[in-house]
Amino acid sequence: MDISLQQVGYLYGKDTPFEKRALQAVDVTIHSGSYTAIIGHTGSGKSTLLMHLNGLLKPSEGVVQIGDAKISAGTKTKGLKAIRRHVGIVFQFPEHQLFEETVEKDIMFGPMNFGVSEEESRRRAHELIGLLGLPADVALKSPFDLSGGQMRRVAIAGVLAFKPSVLVLDEPTAGLDPRGRKEIMELFHQLHIEENLTTILVTHSMEDAARYADNVVVMHDGSSVMSGTPEEVFGNEEKLSSYRLGLPRSVKFQRDIEKMIGRALPGLALTEEQLAKAIAHAATEVGDR
Amino acid sequence: MLEKMIFGRYIPGNSFVHRLDPRAKLSFVFLFIIAVFLANTAMTYAILVGFTLLVIFSSRIRLYFLINGLKPILFLIIFTLLMHLFFTKGGVLLFEWKFIKVYEEGLRQGIFISIRFLVLVLMTSVLTLTTSPISITDGMEDLLGPFKRFKLPVHELALMMSISLRFIPTLMDETDKIVKAQLARGSDISTGSIKQRIRAVIPLLVPLFVSAFKRAEDLAVAMEVRGYRGGEGRTRYRQLKWHWRDTMVMALFVVLVAILLLLRG
Repeated sequence: MDISLQQVGYLYGKDTPFEKRALQAVDVTIHSGSYTAIIGHTGSGKSTLLMHLNGLLKPSEGVVQIGDAKISAGTKTKGLKAIRRHVGIVFQFPEHQLFEETVEKDIMFGPMNFGVSEEESRRRAHELIGLLGLPADVALKSPFDLSGGQMRRVAIAGVLAFKPSVLVLDEPTAGLDPRGRKEIMELFHQLHIEENLTTILVTHSMEDAARYADNVVVMHDGSSVMSGTPEEVFGNEEKLSSYRLGLPRSVKFQRDIEKMIGRALPGLALTEEQLAKAIAHAATEVGDR
Repeated sequence: MLEKMIFGRYIPGNSFVHRLDPRAKLSFVFLFIIAVFLANTAMTYAILVGFTLLVIFSSRIRLYFLINGLKPILFLIIFTLLMHLFFTKGGVLLFEWKFIKVYEEGLRQGIFISIRFLVLVLMTSVLTLTTSPISITDGMEDLLGPFKRFKLPVHELALMMSISLRFIPTLMDETDKIVKAQLARGSDISTGSIKQRIRAVIPLLVPLFVSAFKRAEDLAVAMEVRGYRGGEGRTRYRQLKWHWRDTMVMALFVVLVAILLLLRG
């Protein structure tokens, strides 16, 4: 499902003394099947933007197009549930949304709301418990008895359970340990490929954006200011730093080496693996000479 | 949806009302609530309304915003009005339709009680809109000071109040977030039968309670860690200062009461 935002603006507390502009003239296009990372400094409007992607917020200005549905300021709230079936959002700290008596029931909440049968929901819940690396006996436990990391996984399963075709992730790994972080990011990437999902990742981590995304959108002060492939975006260090964003670690390392040896390495090392290859390549070239 | 609520909110500003000493404002509103019951004629009610408008005007809060924020309690006002219309008897019969009878006295009482209600709510809203929660509790603690002699835990009460006021916006934000998260999972609060709607509230209430308790626990630990041990020997960074204008406001209250006493029937 293609998603596009045209000249979208949003004001919080419209017509009150607390009125605050969160988005201004945002133009973003997300193609079906792409993996888009949205990066930006704190307060740049990333989280507000993502709530427009399934009609939780209606734009104050402009139009949001999700598949065939168009959402603008005057759109009625009623038809939006149909959109939410296709666009799943994993919010920041999603474990705060858990409420059921058992893990199994909590995961089943989403699919049952969208009209999936009880047996099918239960089957999906058990499948997801396995997929997310949770122990099988967790299904009948209270979600509030789990560890923080396990609660996070249950909450993520609760969104995956209704099989959205677009998956929106708002810093899904914030507050997790490095290993849990990597596992979850790898899982999302695997799902992205296997289930042919459209994935939108809101993140502070330049490394995650560089490694997983094929399209990067930079937000600054409520506007979309840059977009393109990771190579294009992370290749432009000056522009990025003017938006108070840094480079991924591997790119920074590459730049440092280039300064040290006085010549450019081929390509842009978006991951540690690519960096190692580029260095090895340069080293053999030097060796050949 | 929740961002329009005004209860317990504070709008920073620098108007005359903003700058008043919280003790003056608190005692004034407290006494005003009593004085409202002095009114019993159209003239005295008009004076109350006029006075309230004057206060709102000098607080520089946009009337539109205030009225918009009152919408949640409009229901209550209309309800009282209707109750009086239909059930208070006396005076001339104004209107009759089947078993419904509206008397002059009912209409009169209904309107008066609604005005009383409206004036009270507006005045207390102005108090909280123009006074930061911290000043309110500081003022409260000061005013209740004399009752310490009777073993009233004044400091603890003030602390409880400031904590609850402090967490109103936090809990509202939290509610908003949880509502959005459950909506995203296909929960539906605004459609369906009453039974369905009540059931849709559970997924909101449980997480809200869980997080409120967690927050309370965290706060208790944080206070403990920083050596909090109650009001004994505690000094304040911000000292309250009684100004000329505060005395003037209290004098204004005496004038208001005098006028009300003179004009009431």
